[in-house]
Amino acid sequence: MKRYIVKRAGYALISLFLLSVTIFLFVRVTGDPVVLLVEPGASKDDIEMVRQQLGLDRSLWIQYVSFMSSLLQGDFGKSFYYRTPVLELYLSRLPHSLALAAAAMVFSLIVGIPTGIIAAVRVNGWWDSAGKIFALLGLSLPAFWVGLVLILVFSVYLGWLPSSGSGTVWHLVMPAVSLGWVFAAAHMRLTRSSMLDVLGSEYIKLARLKGLPEALVISKHALKNALIPVLTLAGINLVLMVNVAIVVETVFAWPGIGRLLFEGISFRDFPVVQATVILGGAMIIVVNFVVDLLYAVIDPRIRYER
Amino acid sequence: MSTTSTATASPATVLPSRASRLAGFVRSDGFPWIPVLILATVLGLAIFANAVAPYNPEIGSLGERFKPPAWQTGGSERYFLGTDHLGRDVLSRLIFGARVSVIVGFCAVVIAGVIGTFLGILSGYLGGWVDQVVMRITDTWLALPGVTFAIFLAAITGPSMWNIVIILAAVYWTRYARVIRGEVLSLRERDFVRLAIVAGCSKWKIMRRHLLPNVLNTAIVLATLQLGVVIIAEATLSFLGVGVPPPQPAWGLMLADGKKGMMAGYWWLTVLPGCCIMLMVLSANLIGDWLRVKFDPQLRQL
Repeated sequence: MKRYIVKRAGYALISLFLLSVTIFLFVRVTGDPVVLLVEPGASKDDIEMVRQQLGLDRSLWIQYVSFMSSLLQGDFGKSFYYRTPVLELYLSRLPHSLALAAAAMVFSLIVGIPTGIIAAVRVNGWWDSAGKIFALLGLSLPAFWVGLVLILVFSVYLGWLPSSGSGTVWHLVMPAVSLGWVFAAAHMRLTRSSMLDVLGSEYIKLARLKGLPEALVISKHALKNALIPVLTLAGINLVLMVNVAIVVETVFAWPGIGRLLFEGISFRDFPVVQATVILGGAMIIVVNFVVDLLYAVIDPRIRYER
Repeated sequence: MSTTSTATASPATVLPSRASRLAGFVRSDGFPWIPVLILATVLGLAIFANAVAPYNPEIGSLGERFKPPAWQTGGSERYFLGTDHLGRDVLSRLIFGARVSVIVGFCAVVIAGVIGTFLGILSGYLGGWVDQVVMRITDTWLALPGVTFAIFLAAITGPSMWNIVIILAAVYWTRYARVIRGEVLSLRERDFVRLAIVAGCSKWKIMRRHLLPNVLNTAIVLATLQLGVVIIAEATLSFLGVGVPPPQPAWGLMLADGKKGMMAGYWWLTVLPGCCIMLMVLSANLIGDWLRVKFDPQLRQL
């Protein structure tokens, strides 16, 4: 068991390391970063001065080491636009993203799980076909378009909901639906197939043979086991939601980290961009690692794999 | 041993010709006609955009801004689907936008597929440090959500269509590598591979003649499913302004422009490009699903 944890932790650390190297290299290798940092039209002397100030004239190795060392101390540099430390900026926006992700997750589970269960219980019935269509649409509609259409219908035509900004629960509804839509389809699919698997297993057959009413069989015996993989996926997806919310946040002007990344890109605020991507990736790596650990705890077969 | 792999046909066992096998495939159960037709239409529009589109998509007349589609009051038959904020014909822009989606979609998917399949086979069959390196890179890149990574890369490199193709290929090859590697891991334990080793085939020959044809099905299915993902990614990038640069029309870009007119009720600028994206992606997904079920009967239950 210990070997497994160590191995997984090792992989996670390597991934984190590779992530930082990748982001670091990409920014420095694809064109002169100093050009990204100064005002367009700056003189050559100014550029040289900035380069020396930021230490970009040192060799790549030294730059990377100093980059990593300040990173590990929590110093992600200062945002050019806001003139505040990036980490501070990031942490101030993070709660908004988490709120949005949580709302989207609730939506996706409320829509996805019951639909999946019904689709599985009445396999190949009308509801199942509708569910399949829903799943397909979920994959095929870009989240931001869903957001735009929702705004069109609910803000412009019906005037029921505010079209952008944050503050009240009503502001949360449309972004949460746009973001959660894709995941609702995924969760529905997984619930359905997981439920089908469980309903075919031995102990369910036994419960039916014992004469238990079908509703009880499903709700008491099948449901719990069927939901395990779904909830695991949901956990992983929560972190994913925080990261892919960039478009939805942009459409709805929601002040989260996705919007921060977009602003960073628009204003060429390069420390912000760098930090957001690294932190986002790091979050996912860490969550995946934790999920791997939990799996090992739950399922002993995994611990002893080669 | 490998030189006599094609069956020496005696008159009694003639293999069906390529053409008739293709015909059989097309006539098979539940062949998704509509999605294929849709994709073919999009492809045709993309290729023949110059001939089909009624107007130049990049030049508009400012006197005709924000005209609604022909069936609404205020619309005219001249601009069948309306005009945008610069007076450019929406229909023409949609047709030319198909070109971007098709080129970016197909090229990125093909490039990513080739790289990913190649590395997947290499990593799965050779194992050892090659496997480790490829897997670590794949894990890292899979950790970042594709869209975020693509946005990051697109923001650093300059805006151009081919940059986007390269970026999307670079982001999405890992999906193939992972899956193909898994297949190769199970394939290499099979007898035909073992026999090939015993017969003295070189590693490259095994990978090319024995492994590759067998993973091709999976790769193709994955490619069709990825096509939808890539198209949405390209639309997202264009929407955020880091994709295909204006004035070249791209559906995502049209959505971004359309957002400006949304509050005033100019719905066609938002709904129509999105419908195009949806149709293309939906078709790709339906074809991919059908292929998946066809190639692997075990998956039919899903």
